[in-house]
Amino acid sequence: MIDLVWLVPLFPLVGFLTILVGGRKLGEPKAGYLATAMVLLSFATAVAIYFDLLSRDSESRSEVVNIFSWVPVGDLQIDMAFLVDPLSSTMLLFVTGIGALIHLYSVGYMHGDPKFSKFFLYLNLFVLSMTLLVLGSNLLVTFLGWEGVGTCSYFLISFWQTKDANATAGKKAFVTNRVGDFGVMLAMFLAFGAVGSVDYAVINDSALAGTMTQATATGIAALLFVGAVGKSAQLPLYIWLPDAMAGPTPVSALIHAATMVTAGVFLMVRINPVLGAAADWVPMLIAWTGAITALFAATIALTQNDIKKVLAYSTVSQLGYMFLAVGTGAYVAAIFHMVTHAFFKALLFLGSGSVIHGMNDEQDMRKMGKLFKFMPITASTFIIGWLAIAGVPPFAGFWSKDEILLFALAESPALYIVGIVTAILTAFYMTRQVVMTFFGEQKWGSHANAEEAAHLEVDDAEAGAAPEPVTHGAHGEFKPHESPPTMLLPLVVLAGLSMVGGIIQLPSLGFIPKSMQHKLLDWLHPLVEFGEGPEERGIGEAVIKDTWAYDNKVLLIGIAVACAVIGIVGAYLVYEKKRMKPIEPELFANGWNYDRAISWFMGNPGRKGFQGVADFDSKVVDGAVNGVATLVRETSSQVRKGQTGYLRQYAGVIGIGVVLLLGWFVVIRGIL
Amino acid sequence: MIAAIEPSWYLILAALLFSIGASGLLIRRNPLIMFMCIELMLNAANLTFVALATKLGDINGQTAVFFVMVVAAAEVVVGLGIIVSILRRKPGATADDLAELKG
Repeated sequence: MIDLVWLVPLFPLVGFLTILVGGRKLGEPKAGYLATAMVLLSFATAVAIYFDLLSRDSESRSEVVNIFSWVPVGDLQIDMAFLVDPLSSTMLLFVTGIGALIHLYSVGYMHGDPKFSKFFLYLNLFVLSMTLLVLGSNLLVTFLGWEGVGTCSYFLISFWQTKDANATAGKKAFVTNRVGDFGVMLAMFLAFGAVGSVDYAVINDSALAGTMTQATATGIAALLFVGAVGKSAQLPLYIWLPDAMAGPTPVSALIHAATMVTAGVFLMVRINPVLGAAADWVPMLIAWTGAITALFAATIALTQNDIKKVLAYSTVSQLGYMFLAVGTGAYVAAIFHMVTHAFFKALLFLGSGSVIHGMNDEQDMRKMGKLFKFMPITASTFIIGWLAIAGVPPFAGFWSKDEILLFALAESPALYIVGIVTAILTAFYMTRQVVMTFFGEQKWGSHANAEEAAHLEVDDAEAGAAPEPVTHGAHGEFKPHESPPTMLLPLVVLAGLSMVGGIIQLPSLGFIPKSMQHKLLDWLHPLVEFGEGPEERGIGEAVIKDTWAYDNKVLLIGIAVACAVIGIVGAYLVYEKKRMKPIEPELFANGWNYDRAISWFMGNPGRKGFQGVADFDSKVVDGAVNGVATLVRETSSQVRKGQTGYLRQYAGVIGIGVVLLLGWFVVIRGIL
Repeated sequence: MIAAIEPSWYLILAALLFSIGASGLLIRRNPLIMFMCIELMLNAANLTFVALATKLGDINGQTAVFFVMVVAAAEVVVGLGIIVSILRRKPGATADDLAELKG
């Protein structure tokens, strides 16, 4: 079965090509169902591969499937090859699984859109790229997927491109990602220069065997981290992700919450032996970047009023947790949180999409409230997602966040405190969102039709569809409505997964049966061993066995639950019971003015700098090239004057030349 | 009894012929005359070959002459063709009139 792994990217490719050629003819909803079926087939293949891997013993679960030789250039031999192992299999399962659900959801969500089939064209292309990214057995194949998902992200953010803000948001995402891609490319060059290959196997083996110098490992790890920061929206490159919400909501769910943005985390875990071999400051940098991003984004999320922006900043924050886990060596926890986050964040985004759909493209939470009555299924599933992200046991997010915090404390108490504060804030802002959207007072009705809302939209970067949705023709009388079954089914499935997702990696606590504990850890072993030097390497909690944190695990769980409760109750008192006036500092609402500062910097000194570079190019670089051309032209125009066209002169010159040559031979060289 | 003709005489004659040809080429402007001057120079060279071949007892010199003659014949064909066509186009043209062909 593993040999057939190429089927996984093939199905979306077929879907992509079919819709590319005949999309308009297929139309709505056939194009959507075709795309969904293709991703579903990919998912089925991924499941089959999973079971195939499962039937083997844990040492032989890694296999490279070579498709063809891609770049055979001298020493640089790069194959189009897929690496099938527990890590890529895990990624494939949730990428294609959630992808299929979101495709199905989109059939309902994009109903009536004039570019219906084009949307699914991009979605299938995205799934194709994402599977390539995940499956690549070397950095270049991964990079191909990496760029592919970036491109699709660009297409889909600016999907309703007639609106200026959407097009700008797409450009912003693309340009910001380029900064990160630069790091990945440099890392590839460095890897090839140092170990002569860009294969993960070669790089990782060399790092494990200690043949890779610490400087090289540090360089590769740091440069790949730059790429990961760009793709996974960490400080300082997170700015594109909140704006990316300009795209249709299924896109936000699929690309900007569940799959693409986790690519950076995946890459870090993929090269974890290099991280182990790198200088100590690299993991510390990763952990602190993650922790600070998590806290920073959570504070911004506290004050956002756009239903999708809250989730966007929340995503940035949760990705911060994953990097915190990667930096502290908790690779399993990072993957675990990636999976559970994919479940509940996709659920929350799709739920918000359902709300937006039901509210006629209204995204401002200040104009919602009391929607539970009108959208019971959306609301119930959303609440499950909320409990999962807030860290309420036994929902999925609780287990993964708890494991990350455990490792954070084992590494440094400061990291733990940042993490736990973020957890409180997370519970707080999510409760605020749920209360504002589904409970509280009814604040819609006065001006809740799409046209008016679009006019009133202050920050128009996130407003929805430019073309008026066909289904929502009737203005005037307005009542929120529940979404169609194609949209509700994915919500229900994801809600179920968010409830029980934690089962894949339960901690070792007394009341949990031994056979149920650490399933993910056993599965990913031995890809995620951690520690310095071959002797000290271990997996999972074995690494932190001697720390205070490990001995007081139960206490930590208690603290985590208490934090979740504090956050939830706090927000409930503020927003539902109105016991306190909400504290929503302007600074947070403006995202710490970070975006503005960058705009200012790029607009003033930055622009001057770029102008300087452009001038250098046009004057010095172009000047040198043009100077050479001018020199040649001037010289030749002088030389050309010697060519008179008079045969006698030519003959004379030849004659004189012959005499001189002869003279030289006879007199100077002494021949004859 | 006339003294035996020394090979060096032939060489002197060849040098003379070559000089006449070369100066004719430089001085005259009539294409046909210039052409004949070139032939003169070629045959001066031939004479040198033959003279030296006799003196050194080496047949290679005489062989080279045949090559020169063949090349000269080919050159005459091409050169005369060009000259005739030039004169047809511009009756009485001199070599200097062809300076318009310069780059």
